[in-house]
Amino acid sequence: MASSEYLVEVKDLKEYFPIKTGFFGTTPLKAVDGVSFNIKPGETLGLVGESGCGKTTVGRTLLRLYKPTSGEFYFDGQLVDDKNITDLRRQMQMIFQDPYSSLNPRMTVEDIIGEPLDVHKLYSNRAERREKILHLMELVGLNAEHATRYAHEFSGGQRQRIGIARALAVNPKFIVCDEPVSALDVSIQAQVINMFEDLQEKLGVAYLFIAHDLLVVHHISQRIAVMYLGRIVEIADADELNTHPIHPYTLSLLSAVPIPDPKIAKESKRIILDGDVPSPMHMPTGCPFRTRCRYATEHCAQECPSLTDRGNGHMVACFEK
Amino acid sequence: MATENNVNDLPLPKKNPLSLQIDLSKFEKATDEEKKQQDVMSESTTFFKDGMRKLMKNPLAVGSIIVLILIILMMIVTPHVVPYTYSQIITVDGKRDTGAKNLKPFQYSKMEQAYIAKGGKVFPHVMGTDELSRDYFVRVVYGTRVSFMVGVFASLIVGIIGVLYGSISGYSGGKTDMIMMRIVDIIYSLPDLLVIILLSVVFKETLDFSKVPILQKLGANMVSMFLVFGLLYWVGMARLVRGQILTIKENEYVLAARAIGARPNRIIWHHILPNCISVIIISIALEIPSAIFTESYLSFIGLGVALPMPSLGALASDARSGMQSYPLKLVFPALMIVLIVLAFNLLGDGLRDAFDPKLRK
Repeated sequence: MASSEYLVEVKDLKEYFPIKTGFFGTTPLKAVDGVSFNIKPGETLGLVGESGCGKTTVGRTLLRLYKPTSGEFYFDGQLVDDKNITDLRRQMQMIFQDPYSSLNPRMTVEDIIGEPLDVHKLYSNRAERREKILHLMELVGLNAEHATRYAHEFSGGQRQRIGIARALAVNPKFIVCDEPVSALDVSIQAQVINMFEDLQEKLGVAYLFIAHDLLVVHHISQRIAVMYLGRIVEIADADELNTHPIHPYTLSLLSAVPIPDPKIAKESKRIILDGDVPSPMHMPTGCPFRTRCRYATEHCAQECPSLTDRGNGHMVACFEK
Repeated sequence: MATENNVNDLPLPKKNPLSLQIDLSKFEKATDEEKKQQDVMSESTTFFKDGMRKLMKNPLAVGSIIVLILIILMMIVTPHVVPYTYSQIITVDGKRDTGAKNLKPFQYSKMEQAYIAKGGKVFPHVMGTDELSRDYFVRVVYGTRVSFMVGVFASLIVGIIGVLYGSISGYSGGKTDMIMMRIVDIIYSLPDLLVIILLSVVFKETLDFSKVPILQKLGANMVSMFLVFGLLYWVGMARLVRGQILTIKENEYVLAARAIGARPNRIIWHHILPNCISVIIISIALEIPSAIFTESYLSFIGLGVALPMPSLGALASDARSGMQSYPLKLVFPALMIVLIVLAFNLLGDGLRDAFDPKLRK
């Protein structure tokens, strides 16, 4: 296939959850509504957006934890479906947001990290299993003595390391990181993010890095996608997006990033959005952002803008900008 | 370790006399021995160990464990020590002693007294004898045995069926869950006593136990009682397990296991059941006394074990007719029932306090 320079290709992914309304009827909740993006091997794509915009759903749908309503997902040139997903889970993995609930409290660290090895039968004897687990623990900076302990005996940062070691156990090419640092405090965040970068350098994995913190995402990603209400509104290189944001939603997101220097902070203008996010069950017609957009026109209400290239792979979904 | 060195190598900022900055020169480094001590102190405790420690601190629970152990010991030891059996009329020197009816505790019949006078040895009747000249202590012990077994096995049957059904229903969710739970609702609404009576009548006619000696001894009533427990009483357990699984299923570690590629079987056994096992054990422990109680009142109304096998309820029922003259015959089995049921209930409560994290202080 010509497009196989990409490891991950997502085309028009949709995920609707049926919500019961009334006695018989169901209304689809459009959590993800036509998302497309590509990730090259060893690349990091950051995915940002506010709470409830469908970032996590995108990540989970890629691993088929939810069955997608429609859309195609090619992994390494291969169409992912229900049949080959079990094998493909050896090549893609996921790191979860909450390090407190993502580790089974009744299992030792050794068993948690060893579970992917057990499931995919990646060892021939106990000694090899143990050796692999210890190697993984070393890789994420855990002591070998920790192997027989239980997850509740660790701090948040250490727990997240255990989760990362578990994801790395199958030696994946692609990892979905679902807000892996948002539950950690700032100093630990930095440690864990640096570890993500080190691991990428060492192992050449590609990340889909989901977060709502633009600074974190900018630091780790080569490219950034901005999501709003189940759609991607802008994709660009990380620096390009930071310096030349085009979509009005991205502009307001960037203006919300705190600036460490109070002098510059005073001069910068904060773009405050009016109103609330519309309910994904009753989406506005046309562009989903138009209800809160300063530049919205009649055109926006009638038609939904699609992503258009503004040069250098900077894609924006907006008519007016 | 690298970070530690870095911290020590850093030059300290100048200390302002009024600042609260920590003066590092006042601190000394921990020696290796002290570090080791720290490690030993923070020994890894599992959920189970922690729970057992809490259980052992509960005097009521410990007391009931001791009572239960004593009762079990009594059930095992008595047949080896006491020379009588539960169905045998007392024989003295090879002759049946028909005069040994309704003796009081530690009383000897005339034949026995004569035998003792001749120098023979007679084992005392700790609880006297019944109206058929059988040693009552042995009968009570055997009755306890039967009741105990019924309680334990019935609750095991209930536990196994309930856990399997509940976990399948809870894990699959959706329509499967709805259909399975409606079946539970239907079974829940059946009157259990009526079903037991009907089933034991039916089984008496249809089932042939002659090839299975143990079942034959217990009798059709007993088997139907087990079947009824298997058919009816698991529903409460199934509901409980389903509810537990519904909450545990939402945890991210279950999602993580699915992302790894684990099959539902593995997820249920490795991730979900270990996390609700405490609730299951507690409710099985609380199921035992209710099964014993059910057995007792069924035996009392004549639907229990087949004669001459005694059970606590049957013994109490027999003693009812002679209650005016021999009240002790009613007291002993009733006391036994009370002891067992109370001990299991207190133990179950203790287990719940120790293992249910929601009740933790």
